[in-house]
Amino acid sequence: MSESVAKTNGPNAAVTKKPTRGASAVTWADDRLGLATAAKKNLRKIFPDHWSFMLGEIALWSFVILLITGVFLTFWFKPSMGEVEYMGSYAQLRGLHMSEAYASTLDISFDVRGGLLMRQMHHWSAMLFIAAMLVHMMRVFLTGAFRKPRELNWIIGGLLILLGIIEGFAGYSLPDDLLSGTGLRIADGLVKATPVLGTYMSFFMFGGEFPGDDIIPRLYMAHILLIPGLILALIAAHMLLLVYHKHTQWPGPGRTEENVVGFPMLPVYAAKAGGFFFITFGVTALMGGLMSINPVWKYGPYNPSQVTAGSQPDWYMGIAEGLLRIMPGWETSIFGVTLSWNVFIPGQLMPIILLAMVLAWPFLEAWVTGDKREHHLLQRPRNAPTRTAFLAAMITLYGLLWAAGGNDILAVIFHLNLNHITYFMRGAVFVVPILVFMLTRRWCISLQRQDNETLLHGYETGIIMRSAEGGYTERHLPISPEAAYTLTARDRDTVHEVEAGVDENGVPASGGRIAAVRARLSQAMYGHNVQKPTAQELDEGHHHAEDEHAHEIEAGLDHSADGHQFDGRHPVEGEELRSH
Amino acid sequence: MSDHQDNLPATGHTDGAHPGGHAPARVEEPIANPGMERHLPRPTDVDEAAAKRAERQVATFFVISMISAVLFCVAYFSFEVGESPDTFGRIGASNLTLGLSLGLALLCIGIGVIQWARKLMADVELSEPRHPVASSPEDRSETLAALSQGLEESGLARRPLIRNTLLGSLAMLGLPAIVALRDLGPLPDIKNTLEKTFWTPGARIVNDVTGRPLRPSDLEIGGLVNAEPEGLVEPYDGEREGIEYLEGVELLAEKGKAAVIVVRMEPEDVTEETSNWGVEGIVCYSKICTHVGCPISLWEQQTHHLLCPCHQSTFDLADKGRVVFGPAARALPQLPIEVGPDGYLVAVSDFREPVGPSYWERG
Ligand code: HEM
Ligand code: FES
Repeated sequence: MSESVAKTNGPNAAVTKKPTRGASAVTWADDRLGLATAAKKNLRKIFPDHWSFMLGEIALWSFVILLITGVFLTFWFKPSMGEVEYMGSYAQLRGLHMSEAYASTLDISFDVRGGLLMRQMHHWSAMLFIAAMLVHMMRVFLTGAFRKPRELNWIIGGLLILLGIIEGFAGYSLPDDLLSGTGLRIADGLVKATPVLGTYMSFFMFGGEFPGDDIIPRLYMAHILLIPGLILALIAAHMLLLVYHKHTQWPGPGRTEENVVGFPMLPVYAAKAGGFFFITFGVTALMGGLMSINPVWKYGPYNPSQVTAGSQPDWYMGIAEGLLRIMPGWETSIFGVTLSWNVFIPGQLMPIILLAMVLAWPFLEAWVTGDKREHHLLQRPRNAPTRTAFLAAMITLYGLLWAAGGNDILAVIFHLNLNHITYFMRGAVFVVPILVFMLTRRWCISLQRQDNETLLHGYETGIIMRSAEGGYTERHLPISPEAAYTLTARDRDTVHEVEAGVDENGVPASGGRIAAVRARLSQAMYGHNVQKPTAQELDEGHHHAEDEHAHEIEAGLDHSADGHQFDGRHPVEGEELRSH
Repeated sequence: MSDHQDNLPATGHTDGAHPGGHAPARVEEPIANPGMERHLPRPTDVDEAAAKRAERQVATFFVISMISAVLFCVAYFSFEVGESPDTFGRIGASNLTLGLSLGLALLCIGIGVIQWARKLMADVELSEPRHPVASSPEDRSETLAALSQGLEESGLARRPLIRNTLLGSLAMLGLPAIVALRDLGPLPDIKNTLEKTFWTPGARIVNDVTGRPLRPSDLEIGGLVNAEPEGLVEPYDGEREGIEYLEGVELLAEKGKAAVIVVRMEPEDVTEETSNWGVEGIVCYSKICTHVGCPISLWEQQTHHLLCPCHQSTFDLADKGRVVFGPAARALPQLPIEVGPDGYLVAVSDFREPVGPSYWERG
């Protein structure tokens, strides 16, 4: 590869002019840091553009907003469970005994100007942070962006989601109100269900018996130092790898596995990304100003003998909640010890297993396909039907569990029997994802077939033609070369054959059982996919279309019923359609 | 459509070009790559007036942002938060105005910058080649050589004694790391913590809000009272002599375990085993869910069911607190009660089994 002279779709090749202003500042810095060598490549680094690439950006900017608003909160928040009498502005609670943590949260809300805004912004951006990471992860999954060489970034992303959720739970627990205290108590119950070590873990976490007076200071340390530090380090690694790998791009005219087409970092991408930071920040500020969230003063201080009915955790805890709710009450007492399956399985095992399944999928795929090549072009979800169907099934499961986590609310809204919802969910979490898997796969495959139809016979114009014999057909017109190229710019799937048990010399085939499993998986995952047409098939398809067209000319239809050449899907110079 | 500047073939590399088969995926083309689409000039590229208009637009956004920043300061000094937390749609005047002005100040910068990028910055798409992620084979073998030379010079392979003792000493450092965390908490003295509550024989049952001791006549049929043992709730009408009232952390820990609910049912509705531990259809149960420990609160008089608001475990209070639905595995522990010499309800003893969620050693 020659030196990177940027290619362009503009009239003139992009020429980097010598900087005039600021040059002396650059010289000063470079004399001391020697960064120009690295910067020269990266300042004009190309980033491809697509709306779905913004999802990760929302997550990144939300984290920055969390840092800023979080630091503001630390100036006043007192992470102590020491008992104080509240004397602040909020009249309803004045004179009550409560922890310093709760009292200082009330102070931030009612006696620090802008404090409530910052608290609400902090909480909203926490929700946004985790939601954006989740949707970003789905985007990466659906488009196959996790394939080599990006597997490590896939794992880093998975860790970030996990840490984000733990960080959110820690933060949610800090104000020490009735809701968050109840959340901590549930966490204590989950920890106690750990086989062998549970009781010890609980006592070490809380510094004794629940609730103790250590948990808030400890969570505070984790919330403002330990976990944000880890998240920051992982985000840094995530971004470095992103820059080194260069962003993936959608296939299209001029976009290949060997290039990256888009806008340069400076100025366009920097402006768009920087501008987007302010937009995310601004939207968060509006949310914090207009939408109340976690009004802790309404819940009251933590009291271990009380609970608010219909209490709900933050949304990202919903599936853990759902898992806990639909699990049957199984417990084993044996040899003088207790195994609480009803808590351990849904509370500890399942969340990790579900995340691990999604995180492991790319490695399963790589193993089954045996594909060791780099992939920089994204795949359309339909072109990986099994993968897309798997994610659809997982999203369905997530949604069902989430709904199960709000079964009391569903029961009230829809006037249903709560127990019936739970019984239904117990079955649905097994059945519905499988149905969704099968449906999505079929749907993807029929979309693939439809793409091939479009390639071979053109797109449906919506014009109904009546032949001389009185039959009706819909008129098809060929799509533009750019669109056709984009549709075909994808790999063919290789399906591994199930080998016979022995090779021709009568020796068992290498790999034996494992190879057979792999071949069977390969057949199951890719055997039904529709492959793009070959050049020859395309040729034949076009001939067929031309024949059809010839009939139209005979029928005198080629001009009068046309006009579709101006529908934006065709180059109109010279009206190529008519000259066919 | 003939003047394409970029007509890169889809694949430039052959599979052997990179070590270990790292070649980028090959996308075979039934249709040749037509090359990048031609750049079409925007109105702002060709029409100076349009460009000027866009410039003014962008500047307007920045000016609105400045004004909003000033408004933020005005709002900051105009409103006291605590005085009006609930005005303006229950949001509070201060919060609303601060949020709006800060939001606008930030949003307008963002919108302005993006508008600037879209309308006025060069929007010519560029193409940059990718290079294989792996280093070149030469670099790789040089690295390997340097690694093995370094290892060789250290003598690590030739002197297994050093290697093994070093690994051993590093592994041993795990011990201080774990042991140093020992003082995070006391070892669970289960007999005196999880398996013991504040209830003692003869302890009065008091209302958990007023602190007033309960008499059988305080409870109607179908009624429910949240209660605690005496000593955990300071009574409204003054402390009773001879009773020590807990405070702080201890209070929270004991309240969390000792909380009970007292209900009264028709005596004939209650199973015999249950009523043996009660008085005239009045029975007392732990309030702490045996699932993961939420305080339970929802009482259905008709069915005698008690529902936990956290995960909806449902317990039958007429029948030893049996689980009738939900994820809990154990019945709610019943507290044996009787009428004391002075006519108040009192505990016969502490709970006969641990309250709250299960744990490994519970048996
Ligand atoms: C990924 C990052 C973070 C997430 C998901 C997160 C989430 C949360 C949540 C949900 C709350 C409860 C807010 C409420 O009162 O309603 C909270 C509170 C808090 N957070 Fe964070 N946070 C993050 C990072 C940070 C950082 C970096 C800091 C400080 C440097 C911080 C400082 C605080 C403080 C002091 C509180 C308690 C204040 C209060 O509740 O009023 N947070 N956090
Ligand atoms: S804590 Fe009561 S059902 Fe879970």
